[in-house]
Amino acid sequence: MTRTLSYLEAIGEALSQELERDPAVFLLGEDNVGGTGCDGKLGNAWGPTKGLHERFPDRILDTPITEAAFVGAAVGAAATGMRPVVDLLFIDFMGVCFDQLLNQAAKLRYMVGGKASVPMVVRAMWGAGMRRGAQHSQALYPMLAHVPGLKVVVPAFPDDAKGLMTAAIRDDDPVMFFEHKMLYFSRGPVPEEPYEVPLGTARIVRPGSDCTIVAVGRMVHEALAAAEDLSAAGQSDCEVIDPRTISPLDTETICDSVRRTGRLVVVDEANRRCGFAADIASVVAESAFEHLRQPVRILTPPHVPTPFSPGLEDAYAPTRHQITAAVLSGLRQPASA
Amino acid sequence: MTAISASTDSRTAELLAAYRTMVTIRRFEERVHQDFADVPLPGAVHLYAGQEAIAAAVCGRLAADDYLASTHRGHGHAIAKGCDVTAMMLEIHGKAGGLCGGKGGSMHIADFDRGMLGANGVAAAGAPLACGAALSAKLRRSGQVAVAFVGDGGANQGAFAESMQLAAVWQLPCIFVIEDNGYAQSTGSRFHLRERQVAARAEALGIGADIVDGYDYFAIEAAAEAAVQRARNGGPSLIECRALRFFGHMEGWDSQDYRPPGEVDRLRSEQDCIELFRRRVTADGQVRPEDLAAIDVEVAAEVGAAAQHARQAEFPQPGELLTDVYVSY
Repeated sequence: MTRTLSYLEAIGEALSQELERDPAVFLLGEDNVGGTGCDGKLGNAWGPTKGLHERFPDRILDTPITEAAFVGAAVGAAATGMRPVVDLLFIDFMGVCFDQLLNQAAKLRYMVGGKASVPMVVRAMWGAGMRRGAQHSQALYPMLAHVPGLKVVVPAFPDDAKGLMTAAIRDDDPVMFFEHKMLYFSRGPVPEEPYEVPLGTARIVRPGSDCTIVAVGRMVHEALAAAEDLSAAGQSDCEVIDPRTISPLDTETICDSVRRTGRLVVVDEANRRCGFAADIASVVAESAFEHLRQPVRILTPPHVPTPFSPGLEDAYAPTRHQITAAVLSGLRQPASA
Repeated sequence: MTAISASTDSRTAELLAAYRTMVTIRRFEERVHQDFADVPLPGAVHLYAGQEAIAAAVCGRLAADDYLASTHRGHGHAIAKGCDVTAMMLEIHGKAGGLCGGKGGSMHIADFDRGMLGANGVAAAGAPLACGAALSAKLRRSGQVAVAFVGDGGANQGAFAESMQLAAVWQLPCIFVIEDNGYAQSTGSRFHLRERQVAARAEALGIGADIVDGYDYFAIEAAAEAAVQRARNGGPSLIECRALRFFGHMEGWDSQDYRPPGEVDRLRSEQDCIELFRRRVTADGQVRPEDLAAIDVEVAAEVGAAAQHARQAEFPQPGELLTDVYVSY
């Protein structure tokens, strides 16, 4: 049965159902329970873990502000029979525990010749738009996708958020799970029963015929808005693809689309230099070059940190109008000519 | 292995096992030292000779399924935890059949079947991992404990401080063993610890801490036994031991000019923990000298055979480059 949930609720439901199903699953992070060590009410969690401690009191742990220790502990617990879901809160904080991700979680299995595995999930908020400034608004998933041994997932819709979280928890490798903070209260249909969205599968969110737009996270919604505008104006019929998983990447769905449309615009909120958009463009240039009718267009923020002042921040990430302009600037023929 | 044995026969057996462990570590490290120069061995090896009493005494108090996270100087911990000597030699040589298939080498030597969570190339990175293993044991109510070995250098890492904090807050069944071997690479612990003991930091967090002579197997054993019992009852401890290493920080690259002249010779003649152990256990007749001598012979043969086997073994197949990154991708 499908009903409407928010992105935040969908993630919470995945956590709840997996805690129910598998006693090895447990959650840890700052304020995951909330109220530990305080005199007021326990359970003031600030994210999707709200209310879970009542049903699973032994399996949700509040941590001190000790990311190096508790992310490292998640690695150690995962390697010794448990399946932790650790909350890093903001991906911007990965700096304080980067060794645990880069050199421990990602590499343990390889360095011991396959005799250990690290079935853990690291959840974190990402993305600009909440006026949190440069240290609380970053994307950073390209840096993690760059590391062999990690998997990286970036859902754009509530149903994908639930399915990918379920899949991430059941996955036997370390998965970085990115939750866009501006999408937390977006709503959409979400099936009630437990289900997985397989990692490494892209989604054609809007089928189309004469331009492929690959977009990630909040940019998927911007791309859809641009596609609707272009369609309404009779100017282009765009296919919008959401990779959903950054690593492993579903290159085939993307290349297949470009082989059909001949045009590619990539829209990403992550930084441009050595970024995810560049990765998509290079994959297509390598595998579908002869099908391209024009150069690949990439839209990303400029090479700047995220500003605070609302007007400046709103000018930071690509917008639907910029996407529309990028599609139109490349078209040599309108869709229905 | 639980409490220190009261019965004479099983105590003698324990002492012989401890001796075997220490002699195995010593012979192993001396052979690796030689092979590093002769073969030559690839990469970086960091030798544990001089510190054997610590690994043997701590691991002697652990059960086979207890956990241990090591440092970059992990051969001694691995041997004391029961890792196969031949598989270890193969790993250090980078050969197929090594403990990690040749994929990790000396600095990442591990055996998860024996609870040996690995040597680690990042200082103090074993401390959070051991906290995780302890947390896992606590959540599963298994009664297992986890030991984190940390060097004098690693004890200054933020990850170690955080690990102690986490272990204290969650009352994890975790034992931090600080091995001050005198030097963090070429920097003396007198400088980087400012003459203060790491144990004081643990006590400041409400973690019981013991400072014991790192050359004295029996002092370490007593502290380790108390720490293991405290852990099994649900709480962390710290043991701090000082025992200087006989070799350099790393083979082949360290002329050890930072050590006072004659220091290593003096250590080998006056502060050899194995010799001190031998004298003590034979002095009161607990152990017969001929039994120790027999162990010496057996260990020499075992280590020699392992090293010979490793020299002749094959390297991994080229396809191994691509395996075991993920469980599935």
